[in-house]
Amino acid sequence: MKKNLGLKVALIIATLLVFVWGILLGTDPSSSIKAIKERGLVAGVQQNIHLGLDLKGGTHLILQVMVNDAINVDSDQAMDRLREELRTANVPYGELAKPDPQNPDRIVIKGVPANNAGDLRRIVGERLPDYDLGSAAGDTYTISMKPQVLATLKNHAVAQAIETIRNRIDQLGVSEPVIQEHGLGEHQILVQLPGVDDPARVKDIMQSTAMLEIRQALDDGRSYSSEQEALSAHGGVLPPDAVIMKGRTVGARSDQQGDQYFVVSRSTAVSGRDLRDAQATREENGRPAVSFTLTRDGGNKFFSFTSAHVGDYLAVVLDGKVREVATIREPIRDRGSISGGMDEQAAKDLSMVLRSGALPAGIRYLEERTVGPSLGADSIRQGVNAALIGMIAVMAFMLIYYRGAGINANLGLVLNLVILLGFLGFTGATLTLPGIAGLILTVGMGVDSNVLIFERIREELRAGKTAPSAIEQGFAHAWLTIVDTHVTTIVSAAILFLFGTGPVKGFAVTLTFGLLANLFTAVFVSRAIFDALLNKHQRGEALSI
Amino acid sequence: MELFRNTNIDFLGKKWYFLGITVVLLLAGMISMGVRYSRTGDLVPLGVDFKGGTLVYVKFTETPNLDQIRASLGSAGLRDPRIQSYGPAANNEVLIALEQRETSEAALDQGKNNIVKALETNAPQDKTDLNNVGYSSVQQYLMQKDPLRAGTNAEQQYGEIARRIVDFRDRERGGVLKSVQDLSGIVPQPVFEAMQADYFTSNFSVRNVEIVGPQVGAQLRTRAIMATIYSMIGMLVYLWFRFELIYGVAAVSAVVHDTLITLGLFSLLNTEISLTVIAAILTLVGYSMNDTIVVFDRIRENVKLLRRESLTEIVNRSINQTLSRTVLTSGLTFLTVLSLFIFGGEVLYGFSLALVIGILIGTYSSIFIAAPMLVAFQDWQAKRTGRSAVVPAAKETKGEKAKAKV
Repeated sequence: MKKNLGLKVALIIATLLVFVWGILLGTDPSSSIKAIKERGLVAGVQQNIHLGLDLKGGTHLILQVMVNDAINVDSDQAMDRLREELRTANVPYGELAKPDPQNPDRIVIKGVPANNAGDLRRIVGERLPDYDLGSAAGDTYTISMKPQVLATLKNHAVAQAIETIRNRIDQLGVSEPVIQEHGLGEHQILVQLPGVDDPARVKDIMQSTAMLEIRQALDDGRSYSSEQEALSAHGGVLPPDAVIMKGRTVGARSDQQGDQYFVVSRSTAVSGRDLRDAQATREENGRPAVSFTLTRDGGNKFFSFTSAHVGDYLAVVLDGKVREVATIREPIRDRGSISGGMDEQAAKDLSMVLRSGALPAGIRYLEERTVGPSLGADSIRQGVNAALIGMIAVMAFMLIYYRGAGINANLGLVLNLVILLGFLGFTGATLTLPGIAGLILTVGMGVDSNVLIFERIREELRAGKTAPSAIEQGFAHAWLTIVDTHVTTIVSAAILFLFGTGPVKGFAVTLTFGLLANLFTAVFVSRAIFDALLNKHQRGEALSI
Repeated sequence: MELFRNTNIDFLGKKWYFLGITVVLLLAGMISMGVRYSRTGDLVPLGVDFKGGTLVYVKFTETPNLDQIRASLGSAGLRDPRIQSYGPAANNEVLIALEQRETSEAALDQGKNNIVKALETNAPQDKTDLNNVGYSSVQQYLMQKDPLRAGTNAEQQYGEIARRIVDFRDRERGGVLKSVQDLSGIVPQPVFEAMQADYFTSNFSVRNVEIVGPQVGAQLRTRAIMATIYSMIGMLVYLWFRFELIYGVAAVSAVVHDTLITLGLFSLLNTEISLTVIAAILTLVGYSMNDTIVVFDRIRENVKLLRRESLTEIVNRSINQTLSRTVLTSGLTFLTVLSLFIFGGEVLYGFSLALVIGILIGTYSSIFIAAPMLVAFQDWQAKRTGRSAVVPAAKETKGEKAKAKV
């Protein structure tokens, strides 16, 4: 009764090898092999099985983007423009305001006489394309942002905040940071930084506005190839309000190696706090340019600066390095563009650089958790201990209670763990502390299936059936119940995965993987082992169970 | 070796005893919850996940004096902090908790910063606390100070030294160094001398911080409730499908009973309920359905086989037949969960406690509550309609034949 035993054994060994691959080499074999060569087997495993923050230590933050800030900027600018236009068109009006802080996109204008209603409509239609004019209540009109535009603005604010934060966090050199939109609420961002145990510094960096500055570029924006050269151009001593800065402009020629040096003003005309957005565009003559928008305050500041320096140059400084030098052609208030010497790619790059220095809206912290690395190490130690002790206890019981068949169950248990860890390695899923608990649970639950089958086999043997028949019946009858019990627990795990946060998700994932692995080992592998035993079995010999 | 061979316990006859025990447990829990409600407005001790607030876990170099800590915090203006020992006494760990009203989203980490500042008594003005710095700030300090006159690979070299210092502190000394002298032999001499001049060690280190603002707290509460409701509905629907509605109702009642007792015990033991505790409870909802299904399966089978026996007899027989299997499987799972509870550490305490209680109570209710409840429902329905109590011969589902006995 060989029954394709060879094939089954081959399949089992293949599975074992595949999942050991998952543990040791994972989805990125080359870097894992490197890690194993340099730092040993454990390091290789660590490459593949990602540990959650509660095991590695790190900082977890949930931020909320105050999108109303971004909306306010836009509607402020709209109000200004409206005022201008109404004045030019000689339309009288009484009051122009934004009465509702909860709905910052709504502008209310009072006191517009009926014969000017048409003018108002025309102005809103032509000059404020993102806004709709609502119907009148007497002489009061409400102008609000088009819903589409409003939604886009909000989403854009969040997306840009994520991009900015990501750029800033890059400075910290954190490995595998997680920065993404958080599903739990409106406009929330999740930031997870493994290994970072100093949240104050992280927050500083995230909200720092010193990243972007616009200063005046002296010496007609000329670049020097060394600090000495820049100094000697001023006779060896810089004027008191100037300072030398390194940089490499986006439009620099590729044959110019190394850093350039610029002489810029000490004071800043405009900083990142004042910038709201930057986009790559084209000018009327088709040349690539970067257009940017400033806040109201920033706009005022910039206006004074540019009015006083028409014909001069400005330097865009990011992180203390000069990134672009441009001519000031006319006074700029809140919208301006930087052009000249840029190809399309350079324009895109510069707009990205500017955006990375601009937080589009304020951020507020909703949740902060920091796990110190010593706690993480302790948690791993305790979790692994508990798992080992639990496993040994269960294995001992199975041996005592089921004798020979106990070995069968224990082999399955070990294979289970290998498959489970391999799953984690392949999928890149995160192992959290509750995840280790889930592992321990699957050890207990997994053995349940073996118990089901063995009990049934015992029953059949007691009823007088032969060993092969008893085994056959045991597996046949238990199959559906095993599927049943696994499905119910996996469904619970699925609900937990949907509704839970990080550590709970880790638990749900390990539990599910473990149970799936168990479906394989408890039925297929266990049966194969029994069959192998039967082959060596003499007729009438008792089955050790 | 075999336990439970051919038992014949009259479960249903004794059902009032079992119900009695349950009622006692339920009452104890409910009284505790009621008292808590009248005093604090919460039914169960809610963790920071659901209530919001600030938790700071601090480890000290020697046994901490809780009164002294309370005094320092008080003079820093922190009202009513909750201070308690955490974990085994040898760890010298203390948990300091601030209420949610001190944790506003305008300045979320202010409470934590105030606590840390208050604990740093007699800190030398110009030195940094080695017990509360991170790896990157040590690296930055070394790069700035440059004691080894490292050249181009300063960043990497100092990075390694910083990593060594921090690992030594965290992995070998549990996070707190008693003095900067402890570093001798771990780092090169020039580095050691530099650090002695610029660092000191306070007597504590912050191990873990959890700050949850009111918005997130509310969101997590909603999620937990929704997850629980969906689980219960899912169970009801699944059992309705497999058996009849009445089986589903009996099983869900058993599960509700389990959950209430678990929550009650948490209230009695004054253990906080966090998101992971809810996860444990919901996992067991799914798991304990298994035992219930097994018993119901057997009941249904026996109903067809033993047409002439009374319902009580049938149910009794069914429970006895499945006893071995139920106790064994639950027992094995309990073994692993017990290991988790004893050896798993403080962080998982609430979670593993929920699992331990849940498995015990769940098994108990599958054997002693669910099936008798089924009978009770049938009897009640029979009295209402005047027909004799009969377990509905549930639908023949496919694969019924193969299902037979387990």
